Amino acid sequence: MPEIAKPVPAVTPQMVPFFEAARQGELKVQRCAECGALRFPAREICARCLSRKHDWVRVSGRGEVLSFNIMHQVYHPAFAAEVPYAVVMIKLEEGPAIVSNLLGVKPDQIRCGMPVEVVFEQVDDQVSLPKFRPRAAG
Amino acid sequence: MSLRAKCAIAGLGATRMGRNFDHSSAIGFAVEAVELALADAGLERTELDGLLVNPGVTWMTNPMASFDLQQAMGLVDLSLTATMNLGGATAGAMVMHAAQAIDAGMANVVACVFADAPLKPPRPESARKGGGSAAAYGFARGLEGAYGLFGVSAQYAFVARRYMHKFGATNDHLGAVAVAERQWANLNPAAQFHDQPLTLADYHNSRWIAEPFHLLDCCLVSNGGLCVIVTSAERARSLRKPPVYILGMGQGHPGGDPIETLVSGAPIAGRMAFKMAGIELSDIDLAEIYDCYTFTVMVTLEDYGFCGKGEGGPFVADGRIAPGGALPVNTGGGQLSSFYMWGMTPVCEAIIQVRGEGRERQVKKHDIALVSGNGGILSTHSTLVLGARA
Repeated sequence: MPEIAKPVPAVTPQMVPFFEAARQGELKVQRCAECGALRFPAREICARCLSRKHDWVRVSGRGEVLSFNIMHQVYHPAFAAEVPYAVVMIKLEEGPAIVSNLLGVKPDQIRCGMPVEVVFEQVDDQVSLPKFRPRAAG
Repeated sequence: MSLRAKCAIAGLGATRMGRNFDHSSAIGFAVEAVELALADAGLERTELDGLLVNPGVTWMTNPMASFDLQQAMGLVDLSLTATMNLGGATAGAMVMHAAQAIDAGMANVVACVFADAPLKPPRPESARKGGGSAAAYGFARGLEGAYGLFGVSAQYAFVARRYMHKFGATNDHLGAVAVAERQWANLNPAAQFHDQPLTLADYHNSRWIAEPFHLLDCCLVSNGGLCVIVTSAERARSLRKPPVYILGMGQGHPGGDPIETLVSGAPIAGRMAFKMAGIELSDIDLAEIYDCYTFTVMVTLEDYGFCGKGEGGPFVADGRIAPGGALPVNTGGGQLSSFYMWGMTPVCEAIIQVRGEGRERQVKKHDIALVSGNGGILSTHSTLVLGARA
């Protein structure tokens, strides 16, 4: 029986640079060209200074677990076999927060504040997804 | 010029709530609720000149639901309408918009309405916990589906978990809210869980939705409609029921990321509403607190200042919010155990209590009621202070 695929994020025009970088194994976020504020996901307008000019910058991929949940209900058939599974919010070292999954850690072992680093999982030839794994602190 | 006690709630209409299939859509429940509120107030339909509508998730396809309701009820020559949506804060916001308009001389008799019909016969959907108010407003965190993040409960859970990490709150604290509200619901014949008791063990044994939320941390799902009618204080005094005076009003919408700020709009709104009402926390006899989740009650009470920031867990778990306690909270059973009409659930119960119509669950001293509304994930907030005397 064919496996049901997990939802693949659409590569919207705004997010093209993010996915291009992800394919290369790099984590990039938008930086406001006027005030320097970093933001994720992509937005047209800087919420700090309202500038419409931005570029994309590479970030370290290091961060910590800001928060997490453990999903027990099946909302999408592709996740049925994984329930219960955790979804994490990662606070990147540079400031922005990004939703993801944490690899190599059982859901009930996850703690807020755990130091993590990014890895990339290829989904298809367009999309690689950043995920995170624990790293030694410091 | 202060709006304190310039206006009052003169009518309340609530349909039967829950698995009610009397109407095939939300608008049917809305019409019924308006009719009930008019009868409650002793008003004719033709006397309405204002209509404010907060459409539930199944009513959102109509961009001007207020116009559709006007036409459905054959109302003509209105001078105030709006379709409003701040999520669960809308009920309070509708009441304050009505009061401001009446005080400005722009309307005289304003119906504020919420209705929804998410449950369908003959196989009612199993309740998708978390309610619709936040789910409909798309918290764009980018890539959710790819990582398995679905539904508003999952997002709210992030905030609750961060709060628990930072302040040491536990599921025992959250469960205490569920247990207390069920005790109130057991005294309320209109509550969907009227006949079912709940212990803390039952709470812990209820299935997980998105940790740290159990099923019983999440509000229920209801079909139904609810209408309150706002008039001038003077007009209210001439009508059928004891006026429920609007003493204080405020809103608060903090912005930022709630996972990091861990704060609701209650500090902003509460300060404004208490100042308008001329009250302090110690003057409040009962509190109807928006409870899409047990967690929301905890945060809202501490954000009003009933206890320090982060102390909400122990505060709600010491018995004071339950029947017989010093600060009755959600005295009809709230959205967790009575019915989920977004912000109209706490508004409705406050009116019943202030009027002295609470019967078996009537709070003895019921002069001043605090009513909160919360929309999104601690995104929007409304506060009303309602009173039995001007």
